[in-house]
Amino acid sequence: MQNPLAFVIAISHIAAAIALLNGLLVPLGQGNVAANAVAAIGRQPEAKGTITTTMFIGCGLAETSGVYGLLVAMILIFVNPLLSRYAPQFIEAGAQVGAAILPFLG
Amino acid sequence: MSFDISVFYSLKISEAVELLITETTRNTWIVMALLLILALYVRIKSRSWDPMKKPTGFQNFIEMCVDGWEKFYRDSANDTVAYLAPWFFTLVVFIAMSNLIGITGLRPPTADWGMTFPLALSSFFVMVFVGLRHRPKDYLKGIFLEPVFVFAPLNLIGELAKPIALSFRLFGNLVGGMILVSLLYAIPYMFVIPVPIHLYFDIASGILQAVIFTVLSVIFAGTAAE
Repeated sequence: MQNPLAFVIAISHIAAAIALLNGLLVPLGQGNVAANAVAAIGRQPEAKGTITTTMFIGCGLAETSGVYGLLVAMILIFVNPLLSRYAPQFIEAGAQVGAAILPFLG
Repeated sequence: MSFDISVFYSLKISEAVELLITETTRNTWIVMALLLILALYVRIKSRSWDPMKKPTGFQNFIEMCVDGWEKFYRDSANDTVAYLAPWFFTLVVFIAMSNLIGITGLRPPTADWGMTFPLALSSFFVMVFVGLRHRPKDYLKGIFLEPVFVFAPLNLIGELAKPIALSFRLFGNLVGGMILVSLLYAIPYMFVIPVPIHLYFDIASGILQAVIFTVLSVIFAGTAAE
């Protein structure tokens, strides 16, 4: 390895691409929400307004995990913590905080 | 191309503390000025409105907004927090206006985590306030003694993750839309204004995200109060 910095940057970009892969599942969830909303409107056409509002909120919530992936990708590309001079502290603290917080974010 | 927030002026207070006047600050002031002008206009106009007559035009629109929000709020929140409807209306109008300002080419103020996190934090404080006001014992017990006291740190982290998740959702959506639109404009020989993209990312997504942010805050406050 001639240049460790180039290696870190390359790996970060690959990691950003992998982080965006969770966008694969978001449309599935949103499609599920929309399909069920359509079915509900078919069953109860008079409740169309409430169902549409709830559907939009559900779609927005289903989008959340995809947005988190986007955020991780953006952090890795634009403000990469692995490239700063505080990198060792960042990695250690990030690992601890992440291990503590991640189960609750969903 | 850079997606950074440009800094217009920085005031050094001490070695570590720096006061920044950024693009976000300027655009927030623009949004606030627009809302303030609108509010003053409505206030001055409303002096001549007769409540006994049929509302027309502008009055009809304003009454529709306020009435619609009250109805929507009554549907999604329980009656204990009914007095918070004006606060959440302010929140949704401010966030929707901040998102909509992206149409003019300015950077939306909400595309900055330093803007969305304080907004989410205010929702968090409202949640804690409502919980402590309506059922102080049960609320504290629910955090510190549910199911047993050993789980208190986990419950605390769960509570603290709420504003972070709330702010990340708004911030991520806005920044994602902003980056996508500016990438489209960076295509060479791009003479067409991508109207459908603007329609979705600036108008539909902006208003939707404002509503989702507010509805989630309402639900948090409602669950804290019950």
